Amino acid sequence: MEAVAALPANAGTRAPLASDAVRRAAEGLLIPLGALAVSMLLFGVFVLVLGKDPIAVYQLIWKGAFSTSFAWQNTLQRAAPLILTALCVAIPARAGLIVIGAEGALVLGGLAAAVSGHLLSGHAPLAVQLAMALAAMTTGAAWIALAGGLRHFRGVNETIGSLLLTYIAIALFNHFVEGPLRDPASLNKPSTMPIDEASMVGNLPGLDVHWGLVFGVVFCLACHVLVRHTVAGFALRVVGGNVRAARLAGLPVGALILGSCAVGGAAAGLAGMVEVAAVHGSANASLIAGYGYAGILVAFIARHNPLAIVPVAILVGGINASGSILQRRLDLPDATVLVLQGIAFMAILAAETLYGRARLFQPRGA
Amino acid sequence: MSHDLHNRSRRTALKTLAAGAAATAASPLWLPRAFAADFVVGVIYVGPKDDYGYSQAQAQAAAAIKKMPGVKVIEQEKVAETTDVQKVMASMIEEDGAKLVFPTSFGYFDPHMLKMAEKYPQVRFAHCGGLWTEGKHPKNTASYFGYIDECQYLNGVCAGHATKSKKLGFIAAKPIPQVLRNINAFTLGAKSVKPDITTQVIFTGDWLLPVKEAEAANSLIDQGVDVITMHVDSPKVVVETCERRGIHVCGYHADQSALAPKGYLTGAEWNWLTPYTTHVKDAMAGKPLNNFLRGGLKEGFVKPSPYGKAVSEGARKQADAIKAQMMKGDFAIFKGELKDNTGKVVVPAGTVHKQTDVVLEQMNWLVAGVIGKV
Repeated sequence: MEAVAALPANAGTRAPLASDAVRRAAEGLLIPLGALAVSMLLFGVFVLVLGKDPIAVYQLIWKGAFSTSFAWQNTLQRAAPLILTALCVAIPARAGLIVIGAEGALVLGGLAAAVSGHLLSGHAPLAVQLAMALAAMTTGAAWIALAGGLRHFRGVNETIGSLLLTYIAIALFNHFVEGPLRDPASLNKPSTMPIDEASMVGNLPGLDVHWGLVFGVVFCLACHVLVRHTVAGFALRVVGGNVRAARLAGLPVGALILGSCAVGGAAAGLAGMVEVAAVHGSANASLIAGYGYAGILVAFIARHNPLAIVPVAILVGGINASGSILQRRLDLPDATVLVLQGIAFMAILAAETLYGRARLFQPRGA
Repeated sequence: MSHDLHNRSRRTALKTLAAGAAATAASPLWLPRAFAADFVVGVIYVGPKDDYGYSQAQAQAAAAIKKMPGVKVIEQEKVAETTDVQKVMASMIEEDGAKLVFPTSFGYFDPHMLKMAEKYPQVRFAHCGGLWTEGKHPKNTASYFGYIDECQYLNGVCAGHATKSKKLGFIAAKPIPQVLRNINAFTLGAKSVKPDITTQVIFTGDWLLPVKEAEAANSLIDQGVDVITMHVDSPKVVVETCERRGIHVCGYHADQSALAPKGYLTGAEWNWLTPYTTHVKDAMAGKPLNNFLRGGLKEGFVKPSPYGKAVSEGARKQADAIKAQMMKGDFAIFKGELKDNTGKVVVPAGTVHKQTDVVLEQMNWLVAGVIGKV
């Protein structure tokens, strides 16, 4: 509302358009924020039932997530993988698909990165890193495109298809890591051969946050441009809006569906590469950490808008970071944070129905 | 990009949400060191603290050191083996002032704990597992682990007495050396009672897969198996399934007798209080960190669960006798001649492996009598 009030109502022919855009932006911002406020209040009631002081809980959430530079680094580090896996849900969603298979693309992308990184060991670090990223993105893209292909050519529901493909991906991953690709030295924690120390992706200068964060933000920006400012992106949104209309208009529906899945899969694959190249140094079961599923939550809260994914991932990362301090200071169980995330998710989905209801946000003078 | 706008709005929103909570610097929650007076110990678990298994065994030791005077224990459960655990260690150190951290899951060691140990050289890190190597790992890191195969051998003795079908079952996560050693010890214990006993192994593929574990238990029981034990993170569903199907079960990690009052024979439990107390006392006294702590029954690192009702007098006698030998330190589980289940000699006649033998840590075979493949 502040944003609306702050702008003087300009006279002139362009004024209605400009203020309409502001109204729409304000609606898009205030509805999710309102939903978050409601969910925080509901969470306060929940905390009260547990016999803890909600004010202290709010304080700790703030402290653990955003109050200091340490807290910010904690939050950003946790947000980094979620940005990329959220894109795996958001981009196919623009074509009207609900793909939830990011976890599978992530682990296979990580595996491809680890293998290519090891094979190329000894080469220039930047070349190795690029090759790892390329291998991971190609693998992830192919994996999610498979779900898109099953949908387009065989009529298999893409949500179920991508979920089941995740189980297959994890089984394949375990087979290779514990079998043919296992480093014989990894006795009690089966892993692939490690990549060169020199080829590891480091931290951002001056921060304890790895480069995966920047990769994610850049990927989001690129996706924003792709979806909003290109012909392909426009065609994609038409497919998402109405497939039959898109067909009648002569759009290459199949290519758009497969392409959007491939872009999303590439993002998740890159997340796998970051886990291998910036964190673990090899592919092992620690890659199966649920980032792919957490990305679903982020994408839905961001309403599949690539730009909104970044702040939403930071918010979720912050909630996770503060969950840590809630457990330690107040002895609240780990599930407390899941409850907060669940309430927030439901509130934001419920708030979807509010769009277009409030007159304040509607275009004037049309 | 509208990053600034988002940031500002979110901050505004969160501030509003915390309305009335305008935090003052005087509030104790805002002090950087919340427990300044105490010696702060951080404990990190991969599963829930009450999983009836791996994490619970650690949490029991943590609960005991909480009672030591001047010690404040902070805990966090369900922490993934990713950068999450690095951030949790760092938060415990930076936000709570922890001086000693127990990252208890095997996968926390490399690279997570090693990275944090480098970043915080004044903090001590004690990891569960036998990974610490002199000259390779930092001096402020340590490993503690126990020879739990001794208790699995005793499990096997009780199982050998209890079985009628002579078919035992073992539900395991992954075919890695630690797990194989337990399967072999269990089978050898059972075969010491009835030499023609077999152990059917099912590998589920991961440490926590309750649905698969229940399916495995049911399928073993359908095949005529009448005693089951396991090596998974949370034995809860396996123990419950066995009790419901009316067969005997031997526990693992912690005491699960409450879940199976009829069928629980005994169990192989960790006794982490021993290494926890050592590390906390040493740290508080300023003594150097003991980088490698290991032991079995004798040293108090592992213990069997109290015998259940279903354990016969004969079984108790034999198990107690072996336990007494183990306590004296003159019992070897792996002594020649031992053949694996493909007929190959894996421990030649005359060879006796002490518990400390590193050969045992590289075990990649299943002893004769085990039905299954590595």
